[in-house]
Amino acid sequence: MSLDLHTAAPPGEGGDPHRRARDARRRRASLSRLDLKFSPYLYVLPFFVIFAVFSAYPIGYTVWIALTDRSPMNATISFVGLDNFVELLTEDPQFWNAVGNTFGMFVLSTVPQLMLALLLANALNRKLRAQTFFRMAIAMPIITSTAVVALIFSMIYAKEFGLANWLLDLVGIDPIDWRANRLASWFAISTMVDWRWIGYNALIYLAAMQSISKDMYEAASLDGASRRRQFWSITIPQLRPTIIFTLIVSTIGGLQLFTEPLMFTSGAGGISGGSEGQFQTITMYLLDVMNTRFRWGYAGAVALVLFLLIALMSLVNYLFARRISSDK
Amino acid sequence: MTTTTLRPPARPARKQPRESHKADRLWKATPLTWLGLVLGVLLSLFPFYWMIVIASRTNDAANSWPPPFLPGGKLGENIQRVLENGDANIVKGLMNSFLVSGTITVATVFFGSLAGFAFAKLRFRGKNAMLLVILASMMVPIQLGVLPLYILMAELDWLNTMPSVTVPFLIGGFGIFMMRQYAEQAVPNELIEAARVDGCSTWRVYWHVVVPALRPAAAVLGLLTFMEQWNQFFWPFVVLADPANPTVQISLRSLNTAYFADNSQIFAGTLIATLPLFVVFVLFGRQIIGGIMEGAVKS
Repeated sequence: MSLDLHTAAPPGEGGDPHRRARDARRRRASLSRLDLKFSPYLYVLPFFVIFAVFSAYPIGYTVWIALTDRSPMNATISFVGLDNFVELLTEDPQFWNAVGNTFGMFVLSTVPQLMLALLLANALNRKLRAQTFFRMAIAMPIITSTAVVALIFSMIYAKEFGLANWLLDLVGIDPIDWRANRLASWFAISTMVDWRWIGYNALIYLAAMQSISKDMYEAASLDGASRRRQFWSITIPQLRPTIIFTLIVSTIGGLQLFTEPLMFTSGAGGISGGSEGQFQTITMYLLDVMNTRFRWGYAGAVALVLFLLIALMSLVNYLFARRISSDK
Repeated sequence: MTTTTLRPPARPARKQPRESHKADRLWKATPLTWLGLVLGVLLSLFPFYWMIVIASRTNDAANSWPPPFLPGGKLGENIQRVLENGDANIVKGLMNSFLVSGTITVATVFFGSLAGFAFAKLRFRGKNAMLLVILASMMVPIQLGVLPLYILMAELDWLNTMPSVTVPFLIGGFGIFMMRQYAEQAVPNELIEAARVDGCSTWRVYWHVVVPALRPAAAVLGLLTFMEQWNQFFWPFVVLADPANPTVQISLRSLNTAYFADNSQIFAGTLIATLPLFVVFVLFGRQIIGGIMEGAVKS
């Protein structure tokens, strides 16, 4: 770069060596000013180029497309105003079914996930031999992809010969058709999510627990507080920001749930989420509208409503988490 | 306290007060603690074990009652069958996944450290506003723009090709934030000043001062990025509809949609798809866990 600028220097002023040296100095100084001024922008530029082309532009386009009836089947595109949103919110039971499923599985997976992670972290926070082993072992599930998790658990929840039904059989319970029943399918899918994420969340909680001053616990135990009491009165309130963080991450992830329910059905037709859509999530419905029915304008509306739901739920969870831990 | 990889060496180690016997007892693990931990470990590891059990059985044995609990001798055969499966194209999938994840990892570490350095150590107008945009970008799910992004890929003629799953993810907000946070603590201002006085350009400061200091964090960012990209499913599912040119996760999807569910073959496939990350985890598990514990991982 600097080479270009040097060779581009005006010719014809040669001759006087002092003058030439002074010019070179001046040029270097102005180069260095340019460097200081523009380098930072150059360094952050790659992100903004990628962001503009592959995030901002598509998002803006989604807003526009949602106001049209665009479809690869339509020769012309017409502006339909808010029709897509009106239809989606007032006359589309399948969308509401997907919303119900997504929220159902979100609650069914997130609540036990975070609670078990807290308990696990609390156990790991004790003085233990083989800390590293325990941490590695509980973190291991994060190396599996959602596709792998879905395939393994799909077999565990097989109607015949499945491990889950075998366990039920051991305690004398009749086998369950995990895909046919709405609640059973929600439970099965939630366990897939939880298996992958409990250890991860436990490690985050553990990191936060280790930064709580041990003096607080010592003082509490001198006052006769039991361990359980200490957990609820010291650990949980101190963990508030971390709990909020994990709740929001789980909300963003949970409401986008896709791979596990998709691959819970083997064979074709996974996108409909069961024979009656009993585990079709919003993201599955979005792709259903986009790729099966080719209603692109309508799909834009689905995407926007999904995003608003995620934003809204993140806010609700934030407020909720602030409430529960400040009550203590 | 365990030393975590992400803590910059510049920061002095936290002093641990000497603990009394009373305090020792306070932190002792009870039998209940052990029970919970052992149960947690067993549940975490069992699906991995079971993956091997089913992948090493014949399909008939895999689908028998009671279910098999010990590995059989058919692992090689099943792996061979899945590698040769013409619908899954898993060999192609593996190569594509290595290519895509590798490219994104290198790009993320490079662009992330460059931008992270700029945000941590350089002055420029609009810095805070830009940081806010980056933060906001991390909150937006890909679903929001999925349809226009798909149309864009079609217009670029990138459908069913690897650029469609690579280029949009070359650099994300997470990498920049992580590097910025680390650079703030690990790169001493005096060192940058000294290099400037010596006449170093900004690029040379980055290359000779910042890069060496960022190396530990860059390694963790690279590991986390590779893992995340290797496991990517939703977007590849949308743009790689043609099973002839899949990533490895899309190969698994092809196994899943096959008319006849051959479980021992499917499980051999999951084993192959997980193996590279298993190796990564065995080699670098401590760094990865350190990264997670520094709050460094997003979903």
